[in-house]
Amino acid sequence: MIKITQNFLLTLALAMVFSLFLPWWAVMVSGFLAAAIVRLQNVAAFFVPFLAILIFWVAYGWLLAKPNDFVLSEKIAVLLPLNGNVFLLLLVTGIVGGLAAGIAALFGNQLRYVLSTKNNG
Amino acid sequence: MKYFKLTFTLVLSAAVFYVLNTKLGSIPPLGKFLAPNQGFWQNDFTESGNRSDLELAGLNKAVSVRYDEQLIPHVFAQNNTDLYRAQGYITAQHRLWQMEFQTMAAAGRLSSFIGPGALNYDREQRRKGMIYGAEQALKTMKEDSETYAYIQAYRDGVNSYLAQLKPNQYPVEYKLLDYAPEPWTEEKTALLLMYMTDMLAGGDDDLPYTLLLQKIGRERFDFLFPDFYEVNDPIIPADRDWNDWQVAIPEKPEDYEPLNFDVDPMTPPHPDNGSNNWAVSPEKSASGNAMLANDPHLGLNLPSIWYVMQLATPEQNTMGATLPGALGIVIGFNNHISWGVTNATRDVKDWYKIIFQDDTRSAYRYEGEWRKTEKRLERIEIRGQEPFIDTVIYTHHGPVSYDSNFKGNGGRKEGYAMKWTGHLGGNNQRTLIELNAAQNYDEYKKALVHFAAPAQNFAFSSVTGDIAIWIQGDLPNKWKEQGKFLLDGSKASHDWQGFIPQEHNAHVKNPARGFISSANQHPVDPSYPYYVFNDGYETYRNRVINDFFRSKEKVSLQDFKDLHNNNYNLKAAELIPSMLAALDSMPLNSKEKAFMEELRAWDFNNDIDKVGPTYWEEIWDELRMMVWDEMRNDSLPLPYPYQYQTINLLKNHPNDDFMDIEETPEKETATDLFLQSLRKAVAKINMLKADGKPLDWGNYKGTYAGHLLQALPAFSRFDIPIGGNSSIVNATSKTHGPSWRMIVEMSNPPKALGIYPGGQSGNPGSRYYDNMIDTWAAGEYHSLAFMQENKADQTTIFSHTLTPRK
Repeated sequence: MIKITQNFLLTLALAMVFSLFLPWWAVMVSGFLAAAIVRLQNVAAFFVPFLAILIFWVAYGWLLAKPNDFVLSEKIAVLLPLNGNVFLLLLVTGIVGGLAAGIAALFGNQLRYVLSTKNNG
Repeated sequence: MKYFKLTFTLVLSAAVFYVLNTKLGSIPPLGKFLAPNQGFWQNDFTESGNRSDLELAGLNKAVSVRYDEQLIPHVFAQNNTDLYRAQGYITAQHRLWQMEFQTMAAAGRLSSFIGPGALNYDREQRRKGMIYGAEQALKTMKEDSETYAYIQAYRDGVNSYLAQLKPNQYPVEYKLLDYAPEPWTEEKTALLLMYMTDMLAGGDDDLPYTLLLQKIGRERFDFLFPDFYEVNDPIIPADRDWNDWQVAIPEKPEDYEPLNFDVDPMTPPHPDNGSNNWAVSPEKSASGNAMLANDPHLGLNLPSIWYVMQLATPEQNTMGATLPGALGIVIGFNNHISWGVTNATRDVKDWYKIIFQDDTRSAYRYEGEWRKTEKRLERIEIRGQEPFIDTVIYTHHGPVSYDSNFKGNGGRKEGYAMKWTGHLGGNNQRTLIELNAAQNYDEYKKALVHFAAPAQNFAFSSVTGDIAIWIQGDLPNKWKEQGKFLLDGSKASHDWQGFIPQEHNAHVKNPARGFISSANQHPVDPSYPYYVFNDGYETYRNRVINDFFRSKEKVSLQDFKDLHNNNYNLKAAELIPSMLAALDSMPLNSKEKAFMEELRAWDFNNDIDKVGPTYWEEIWDELRMMVWDEMRNDSLPLPYPYQYQTINLLKNHPNDDFMDIEETPEKETATDLFLQSLRKAVAKINMLKADGKPLDWGNYKGTYAGHLLQALPAFSRFDIPIGGNSSIVNATSKTHGPSWRMIVEMSNPPKALGIYPGGQSGNPGSRYYDNMIDTWAAGEYHSLAFMQENKADQTTIFSHTLTPRK
């Protein structure tokens, strides 16, 4: 459980920092690095970074659009098409970010494993 | 196993990255687009004064920008160079995507970010010589060092903004289509002016006219398409005497014979492009001040075609509508004068048949010899594909738009060259810059001289009480009928022989009737000495406008507003009584009678809550198509005679052969057509009713303002409740209408009203994107805060200072 919390917080912290100067794939880098630093087992290896970034992107998007009453978000939710539902759009946003981070984390996780077994062996 | 897993997760990561980073079909790259730090979430904001100090490289002195409640910037600079630099910067802040998109559309470069779907459009633009025309204009503007320096300052202003702009701040359309803005260039300003020229003076009917002439012969053609109508109420009052002019008209060649076209025509401009303007003298004005109004009817697009600004220096202070990409105010006023434009609709585009010497097409026949052609390679970049290279041949006439490589069916040795005033290289930008500073009639007149195309009717009024109108542009001085049909490109006598001298462009100053007006109608009566023919002049709005002014001793500001919003359908009023009278004697069933009663009860106003206009449109559509079944059933693109002439035939030539429906053995008359169209219209109305569709005019018409990207529904506004229609003074059809309504009273200082169907911001996320639409639809205006000094007042919501970069 400690590792899960560590990975979660590390993923989130890295994503927040990298997003300041990297494009959207900042979340992939964060997932990758956090997983390489704090390895998780089984499904947690995917779902913890997935959840961290999902929350990050949902909150970030919400904070950007809320002061403007979601004027553009509503239009994008028509365009994509999500029936004009902003909550659905936030969820889709979170899932896309989480997916990218989770997959990158699996790679980071595996790379760390390969490197560590090589060193030990 | 672990290496397999490693490879697998690596490949999976790469695949996820690729899919989320790439535009797939019409789906934007989802990672990029949805990421809050980079994607559209960044665009969900409304402009505010958060940053009050902005640095602008190259400024000499600081520039103040004060925004009012409509987000109209009031710009105060210390000199013109700073002013136009700031105009470029501010316009880019609010309209960057649109200003670039329109120049890309003009240049035929849409395929570069849209893909192969836009290739045919791009090729048409290249073959019309749009880039060539912009290059010619740029050459002229370069020779005028003052104007050119301002154009460069504007360019630098746009580029200063671009230099500060990070990819996460790009307008949302760039993110949606996944591309990036280019630096602005002087050529883009020229291209924007070409965009307008093509929209307003890019049309001609030489091809359909020629086809119809060959089919029905001279006498019948002239019957359908007379040069003048009897009801002509021209822009220049008919009592204007031209006898004091020394006029030289070129001789019509004796061997003149219209030639044959063999092409598939290119896309013509939309027929609803048009405008109204008018002005009244102090004597006719209730307040004693001259007044002027203008409403250009263009596509109702979002972002709007217009962007309103006040542009002030210590020497001049001007306010009005700008075109993003061009310098200065295009339609507006200053403390001394006001001006507005309508399209002159003159025939300034002609076609020449070209015979090439051989398949290499390096020479064409001209005056019994072979003259060399020039080849221009048009390279069209296509997203996701190899570029397409189109070789366009140029003759001394202009580009060979149609040939065996493009829509020409006559074989390798045949082509059709375009002669167009859009290629002459005018210095329209200078006209605008000078008009912005003009203080009286003489300066207005002097400013107009540089304006070549699209020819416009420039209405004018001044604080000293002058009113005037000039029909301005480079207008070829043609021999009778020159360029109405296809010309022979091998004969020098078919070339344009020169232009109507500037002083002889039709104009009038302070006419006795106390008002001037124009509504795209015939510019003159038949006594005007130069050759002008009816090439699609509007025949209804002008008469409603002029009758309105004639009926009133004095005119008030409220009258101007009422006239802008006048929904009187003169076309319907001119046919319906005759139609009802003819049908009254026919045996009708109850549904047909009910239909007629709806028309009889209608007061001919196209108001939103009435059903009369809907019934009228249904029956008129049917009737017109029945009268011109000869055109509709032909495989060639024949022209439909204008609506005025159609109604004239129905009323005054009811037994003409054209009334006959070719498919039937009987010989129909106008009355038969009335009855048959009534039956069809009744069936259509019943179908609409059965489907639960609304019949009130507002909902039936369904006016909408579509986003420039093919009316992308999410960024467009639908079902705007506004009356009117084309051919009505309130010329709001489904897709076109008054794109800027302005009224100026030339008091001291002037008082002005303005409104347009959109908003100042180009950002679909902004509250200022479409905030004026409802006010516009209701026929209301905002008063324009014409600031006399650089000081925030009660109209100011926030201010910016643009400071020279340290």
